[in-house]
Formats: sequence, C-alpha cells, structure tokens
Amino acid sequence: MKPRHLVRSLLLLSMLLGALLLAGCQRGDELPWKLTNVTGHMPDLDFKLVDDHGKPVTGADYRGKVVLLYFGYTHCPDVCPLTLAQLHVVMQRLGPLADGARILFVSVDPARDTPDVMHAYVNAFDPRAVGLSGEPRALEALSKRYRSAYTREPDKADGQYEVSHSSAIYLFDRDGKARLLSTAADAQDDLVHDLHLLLDNGAKP
Amino acid sequence: MKLRCAVLIAGCLFAGMAMAGDADQVAASRGWIRVMPGALPAGGYVVLENHGEHAVSLSSASSPAYAEVMLHKSSTDTGMGRMEDVSALPIPAHGKAALSPGGYHLMLMKAKAPVKVGDKVRVTLRFADGSTLDTQFEAKPANTIDGGDMAGMDHH
Repeated sequence: MKPRHLVRSLLLLSMLLGALLLAGCQRGDELPWKLTNVTGHMPDLDFKLVDDHGKPVTGADYRGKVVLLYFGYTHCPDVCPLTLAQLHVVMQRLGPLADGARILFVSVDPARDTPDVMHAYVNAFDPRAVGLSGEPRALEALSKRYRSAYTREPDKADGQYEVSHSSAIYLFDRDGKARLLSTAADAQDDLVHDLHLLLDNGAKP
Repeated sequence: MKLRCAVLIAGCLFAGMAMAGDADQVAASRGWIRVMPGALPAGGYVVLENHGEHAVSLSSASSPAYAEVMLHKSSTDTGMGRMEDVSALPIPAHGKAALSPGGYHLMLMKAKAPVKVGDKVRVTLRFADGSTLDTQFEAKPANTIDGGDMAGMDHH
C-alpha cells in the first residue's frame, strides 16, 4: 500500500469511528451514568400485581414513567423505611421532574401486606410511591425476572416473622427498559444525577 | 432503736448502691421513633455516650407505650436486607454507640395506644448489670431520614 493510500485509509477509518461514536451518543448509550448500568442485561418491566387501591396492574401501566422498583415489606421497621425515606428525599430534590417518576414498592410478604396496608404504608413516605402486592406466584415471577431474592425467616414464638430481601433499587426508563441498579453503597447524589438523565432524556420527543 | 436506725440507713445506702451502675455513666440523647401507619412495628433510635472508665453494654429496652421492644441490627452487606436479634450493644469507655437507621435499632411492637408524630415516648434502657436509664424518644414522621439530628438541635 502506498503511503498516500494509507493516509487516506486512516482518515476514512477515523471518520467512521467518529460517526459511530456520535451515533452512540445519540442513542443514549454513552450517557455518563454514575450507578451500575444494566442496559441490555435485564428484561423490560413486566409483572401482574395489584396496586394499593386494589386494582390489578401490569408493567405496561407504568410506561411513560421512570420507575424505581424496590422490594420490601411493611413489617420491616428499619431498612425499608430508611430506603423509602431516602427515595422521598431524592424525589424532593428532583422537584417538578419527580412527577415523571414512580416508586414501585413491591411487597415480599404477601401473607400480611394487603392493598390497604400497602396504601397507608407507601403514602406515609411519598405521594409518588405505589405499593404493589399480589399472589405469591406472581411475586415469585417478578423476583426471578430481576434475579432478586427474598426469604421468609422462621416464625418467632408469637407468630411474628422477618423477611430477608434484596436491597437493590432497579431503575427503568419511560419505555420500561431496565437501565440502572442502585445499591445501599451508592451515594444519593448519584441516584439524583442519573434520575435527571433518565427524566431529561425521556422528556425529549 | 439506734441499731434499728443504723440498719435502716445502711439498708437505704445499700439499695442506693444497688441501683447505681452502668446506667449512671451513660447519657442518652437524640432519641426518636419512626412512626408507622396502623399497628406496624416502629424503629427506635438513640445516641448513647459512655462517660465512664469501663465499657458498658446495652442489653434490652422497654416502654410503657409498647407491649414489646426488641434490640435488633439490620445489615445489607451482601445486597440482602436482613435483621437479626442482638443480645448486647457494647459502648466503649469514654466512647459512643448509636442506634441509627440501617444498623442497630429498637423494634417497638404492639403500641398500646396509637403513637402520634410529636409524642414523647418513655423508653427504659437496661444495661448488662441490670441498671436502667429512663429516656424520652420523640415520635417523628415515617419519612424522616435521621430524626436524631433535628432532635439534637432542639436540645443544644
């Protein structure tokens, strides 16, 4: 290959790479996420559960909203309230943008968490939180779908019991695509930052 | 008669000494309860400072407002949220131990009457030597992040 050809080839290659990078940015793949990016590695938001008004709902009912999915249960006195209180602060920090987001709090304790209990519970934290409960089988399906886990611990003498459960928060975009994973180790600023990206991005036509 | 008085005084002194104990060297501050809807169990938090020369250990708590109070510890180490019963929370000499959200906490169950935001709830802390410390916890809304900070500001 003559030197002139080599230069031309290199130029062409760099132009091609530049075009690819630009295309990547436009598709949103190169957004500067701070949380764990799970785009393409987890299935779209889908479930068949009952909301805290007793209405049957599916994942499709939340298309158009950025969703924060979190598993827990109402008899959990410490970690679940702390996480929901933190999510409430996150929503407040988003200001009016927060109306484009929903916190879906899924109960891993179907025996005790009825829609009524869930309604009182989620509303004690944030008006944009929805309490989802349902049949054990439907709950299991959702948990498996996102490789989440929960275990009912042995009953105590008075019939009370705890439920151990995954503490991660799953973030979905407005199209119901799984995008990010947030854990207790992540800073609140990072969650606010990435929610801004998800909400701003989704607002574009 | 004199002898009887002396015995009585000695008895009183002894009783006083028996009551004195680990609790005397501990100061509790910023106590608060996360009020939950309905009859759901609530978390209780407090900061304990040990001004003494030896380590002490919190072993249990009780409250006239709740039928049951348990000392627990939460963890999310492995990505799993778990809760375990704890039999003792050590407080080092001249040190501090905090019951705070996501860690050590009291689990207050079966409120005898609904506890409302703003209520002051008496909580008695019991130490390993049997001595007790009466404290007041302030009832705060469910979505409080760390009510201790605000309660602390009220006191200082």
